[in-house]
Amino acid sequence: MEKIATRKAYGETLKAVGKEHPEIVVLDADLSKSTKTNIFAQEFPDRFFDMGIAESNMAAAAAGLAIGGQTVFMSSFAVFATGRCFEIIRNSICYPNLNVKIAATHAGITVGEDGGSHQSVEDIALMRVLPNMSVYVPADAVETACMVRYMAEHDGPTYLRLGRSGQPVLFDDSYQFEPGKFHVVKDGKDVAIFACGLMVSVALEAAELLKEAGIDAAVINASSVKPFDKETTAAYAEKCGAVVTVEEHSIFGGLGSAVAEVLVQTKPCPMEMVGIKDQFGQSGKPADLLKHYGLTADAIASAAKKAVERK
Amino acid sequence: MASKEYLTEMAKKIRCDIIEMLGKAKSGHPGGSLDMAEIMAVLYFDVMNYDFNDPQKEDRDYFVLSKGHGAPALYAVLCEGGLIDREELGNLRQLGSRLQGHPDRKKLPGVEASTGSLGQGFAVAGGIALSMKLNHKPNRVYAVLGDGELDEGLIWEAAMSAAHRKLDNLVAIVDHNGLQIDGANDDVMALGDIGEKFASFGFEVFSVDGHDIDALKDVFAKAKEVQGKPVAIIAETVKGKGVSFMENNPSWHGSPMSDEDYAAAKAEVEG
Repeated sequence: MEKIATRKAYGETLKAVGKEHPEIVVLDADLSKSTKTNIFAQEFPDRFFDMGIAESNMAAAAAGLAIGGQTVFMSSFAVFATGRCFEIIRNSICYPNLNVKIAATHAGITVGEDGGSHQSVEDIALMRVLPNMSVYVPADAVETACMVRYMAEHDGPTYLRLGRSGQPVLFDDSYQFEPGKFHVVKDGKDVAIFACGLMVSVALEAAELLKEAGIDAAVINASSVKPFDKETTAAYAEKCGAVVTVEEHSIFGGLGSAVAEVLVQTKPCPMEMVGIKDQFGQSGKPADLLKHYGLTADAIASAAKKAVERK
Repeated sequence: MASKEYLTEMAKKIRCDIIEMLGKAKSGHPGGSLDMAEIMAVLYFDVMNYDFNDPQKEDRDYFVLSKGHGAPALYAVLCEGGLIDREELGNLRQLGSRLQGHPDRKKLPGVEASTGSLGQGFAVAGGIALSMKLNHKPNRVYAVLGDGELDEGLIWEAAMSAAHRKLDNLVAIVDHNGLQIDGANDDVMALGDIGEKFASFGFEVFSVDGHDIDALKDVFAKAKEVQGKPVAIIAETVKGKGVSFMENNPSWHGSPMSDEDYAAAKAEVEG
């Protein structure tokens, strides 16, 4: 299967929407070659601003540019774009509900060799808790492009979570993104696996393993973490009677928490959470790190079996 | 050009409004609101291109109150300009009010940036100025900063950025009253030579008596002439100016007034 990094799809789509939308400006904090905003910068040098290694000022300046009428995309690594800038995003972007898009790359542990200081496993939690903020976690390059296009054409603060490593391309040109709508990538009746980002492709592998074990698993791409798709979540909990969540993020505050929050209030059922278990990452090759932290098809299949047994 | 007499009268009205608001709210920041009265009067009624009848006007100058706790001074000037009804001043800090404890652009027309978390307003002002430059628009951006606010690292990130982008449409006015919540700047976090710091970051720097109407008019006129770099005006002020028992007293940064305090303060500013 073809692999493309979502950050690459981001940079290329930015360039495309930049042509149609002269109001778009892009800010980066000295990482444009890594975040791929350099693709936009080469095409539109006057609308690209390298803000230097000063993420806080980048976020505040983004707010000011939005007040001036621009649609602003700002990029850095997820750990800095959300963590370092958190209170500026809160008070200067979300509180006044300004049109700033935070497209953060290098999210999760598949950053790899740079290690735990650079591997954000808390960014979904930080962004999801902010009023007015939307949170999108694309599963592949196609979905990334659809989300970037959507963000360019709709007002309001949005967080887009992108990865460093190549991700399998799951969708074709017919894919359409709609906020608050999950996609059932593979239907099933015994257990519902809700995944986002890179883990959607790994969940699909897990579904194959489960099939061999006689378990018919549904795989749902929960890419619109906020607004959330309560209807699909409750419907699949009811239909399958067991749920697994999978994310390259802490099991605290991310997709797993969002699913649990909805299910306890709608269709409570046995649920297992696959994700980073209250710890930091470390250096290593992305594939080795996924294995070390239990983010593999085997681990997802085990969690699914456990959930099914608890029915 | 507004006359000195008119602007002096406006500054007096602004002080009266501030005391009325804070006295009724029994909450808020008198010291750092009162000391901005002349700066606000000169900016809004003489310097800025601003139409109170059309606060969203395309070519308006932008005002950002980076020291958001001085909100009553901003509300007072908006009231004197007719954007806020006088009766509404009594709603400051009350549930459902447009006059939030710190300025909220979603609630009140005339508030350009939601501020209050120190350091951010100046950086947002830099973003607005950058937007105007990008679109080749003549609008200027005025930001009032507290001196205690200069402790924030973000101020200096924003200063570096404004100079790098040659934002000569951006004017930072530092309300230098020498005091912050816990005491004197020099005791809490010594600022050194503020003007020198901004100059070393690439700003054109002016100093002014922040209560002298003529001097303020003059310094803002000079600021308009500066090309190729942003401007910092260090305005020497007296915290609590106009109310003798509040002047230079850090305990009046954010203390509520008793009924007696309110009556005494009202008599002084109206006097």
